[in-house]
Amino acid sequence: MSAPNRPQPLTPYLFLLPALLLFVVFSIYPFFLLTATSFLSWDGVFPKNPFENVQTFLQHAVGFQNYREIFAGDPVFWTSFVQAGTITLLALTLQNALALLLAIAVNRKLPGVGLYRTIFFLPPILSEIVVGLMWFWIYDGHFGILNEAIRWIGRTTGLAQLAGWRLAWLANPKTALLAVAIIHMWKGFGWGFVMFLAGLQTIPEELYEAARVDGASAWARFWHITRPLLVPVMVVVSILTVLGTMQIFALIIATTGGGPGYHTEVPITRIYQSMLGSSRFGYACAQGIVFGLTLLTVSLIQMRFQRRATS
Amino acid sequence: MIRKHNHLPHRMTAWCLALVSGGLLLNVAGCGKPAAKGPAPLRVWHWMTDREAAFNELAKRYQAGTGQQVRFELYAPSEVYAQKVRSAAQTDGLPEIYGILGEMRDVASFVNAGHVLSLEEAMQQDSSPAWRSVFFPSALATNAFQPGNAYGVTPGVYAVPIDVMNVQFFYNKKLLAQLGLNPAAPPATWKDFLSVGKLAAARNLLGFVSGWSELWLLDCFATDYAIHTMGAKKLEATYRGQVPYTDPEWMKALNLFVELRDSGVVAEGIVAMGNKRAEQLFANEQAVFAFNGTWGVNVYRSMNPQLDYGIMMPPRVLDRPMVTWGGAGSSFFVNAKSPRRDEAVAFLRWLTEEPQQRYLVEATHNIPSNRLAAVGLPQHLAEFADDMAATVHPRLFAVQEDSAVLETFDKGLQSILIGEATPEQVAKEVQVVKRRIMSREASRRPAHVRP
Repeated sequence: MSAPNRPQPLTPYLFLLPALLLFVVFSIYPFFLLTATSFLSWDGVFPKNPFENVQTFLQHAVGFQNYREIFAGDPVFWTSFVQAGTITLLALTLQNALALLLAIAVNRKLPGVGLYRTIFFLPPILSEIVVGLMWFWIYDGHFGILNEAIRWIGRTTGLAQLAGWRLAWLANPKTALLAVAIIHMWKGFGWGFVMFLAGLQTIPEELYEAARVDGASAWARFWHITRPLLVPVMVVVSILTVLGTMQIFALIIATTGGGPGYHTEVPITRIYQSMLGSSRFGYACAQGIVFGLTLLTVSLIQMRFQRRATS
Repeated sequence: MIRKHNHLPHRMTAWCLALVSGGLLLNVAGCGKPAAKGPAPLRVWHWMTDREAAFNELAKRYQAGTGQQVRFELYAPSEVYAQKVRSAAQTDGLPEIYGILGEMRDVASFVNAGHVLSLEEAMQQDSSPAWRSVFFPSALATNAFQPGNAYGVTPGVYAVPIDVMNVQFFYNKKLLAQLGLNPAAPPATWKDFLSVGKLAAARNLLGFVSGWSELWLLDCFATDYAIHTMGAKKLEATYRGQVPYTDPEWMKALNLFVELRDSGVVAEGIVAMGNKRAEQLFANEQAVFAFNGTWGVNVYRSMNPQLDYGIMMPPRVLDRPMVTWGGAGSSFFVNAKSPRRDEAVAFLRWLTEEPQQRYLVEATHNIPSNRLAAVGLPQHLAEFADDMAATVHPRLFAVQEDSAVLETFDKGLQSILIGEATPEQVAKEVQVVKRRIMSREASRRPAHVRP
């Protein structure tokens, strides 16, 4: 006897309701409020609620002026995109390559592997502010350990240029962004490492054994077995790397504050400056929308690549 | 067996439900009003966490004298505090007394939104001595709106400071002597100051440090020299848009930063240096000069009690008196929407009286806002207090510069210091932003007030 077409029970939907309510209250509603605020000239204090009535809203509405200013009159905001993009590019390549290499190394049955896993995962669990301050000392122009190491090399090798080395890495416009990128990559590679390691452990050993029997070299095994089976993990790691790096903020505040000049400004520091430095909440919201849409576009492109790669 | 397995999830669910319900009940019980014993405490919000012990002691004394409990709630860092106050203003959750971090424009918004009580009436009430008269004039003026101000705020005083500060040069006497200079007569002119750069470098010392990655401190220095070289009126005219930043006198002021860089007196990397780092370098006797505020006295005392230093006005470029940024202090505002605003005013009146101000000097090593308590200050604080008459503060101008213009200007100064921009380039860039801001403001002004 087949079951008649009974109405679906309501219970599953009731279970979903609390989560849905939380999502609507804490994500959807703020998003709409943010979008509406992006069309205002408002300092966040007066008037208390610019949406109180139509008249108050219209008094502070500026149409698309905030967006026009972003696209036509705020070159620093776009420079900050390029700078965050540069750090992201470095993180996508160098940081993730290092994470993959270390994951492959640790995936073997070697003595002390557990210790290495712990060590490699230490930087990500440290606070960004702590990491920033630690590296600030390393990079210090006068008494930093990096300059001291270079001078020591200079003294021991007799290279006069290195023996007298003095460079304020974070204050020099040529090195500041790269110096910050190195800190970010040092702090971030542990996440990729853990994910790659988890991915590697899901690849059946039999595949490698069969390849060995067929005489495949180590490189061939990596290229034809490891690489394709790790593609989904790689895509997830790269999406997280892009999203995490583009939103870099605390590290910048702890090391350079966006300087020297505008050389290490990133989108979030610019949004923060508009909101709390200039008290331009409407403009900051518009910057947030533009930034969010950019990240969304990049993520969609990456997901498209994933679909193509896995098919 | 099967039955047993089926019961397990139910039992777990029951336990979970009991735990959640218990938690909720506890929360609800916690939300109830506490058993009332006397009047509720007056709440005070501020960001000066380093003064917590002193504030709590004063709260105890006030309670002992009046029976009124006061609770200081201090939040750091200051950026987080600034957000907290704005959020509280949005929800009408401000305490009876609080501080506002920001420029006059921000204070004006709080006033216009009805969050700040005018203290003008309280200031004019008869008391001996009159409340207004006990303060350093500049300290009170930085908390007042003048008639015809640009924000449409009713003129008057809106906050009281509990201390005052200014920013000057600290110099290390021992290091000056090591460089062959007289520690009793530190370089008073710009030329003599710059000459210290080479002497310091020869001894592997830093000439001058300051937290110039923090733009406001760099701006203090620039404001001092802008006023010194061109006068306060011209600076204000620039803010009004009547004098361009490309004016020859502005170029002279900007060129001082080229001279600073070329002399080698400024520490390499000063543009990435936070003030905490600069304070460490000076306290560790690695730098001869530091540009820092009154609070430095307390900071250096805690970092290196043996440090032998003096305080001097910034070295003058021209043969005319030098000015120094300051005059303002940590100020308290009264919440106009609080039903207990009169009690709040009474507490602030008590807090700024001479005995409490003297206690704050002892406990926090700052210049008191009450002039009567500033008599007989410790040596270093007295050196700062002596120059209070020479202080300047952007809040005292009828107009303030837009923050975007200030940021472009200060970032430009950083670019000059690292040698990637000339004063001419910086001036042009700042003027472009200034023009953009002015046209934006003009377009938003109602048609009937447009020029």
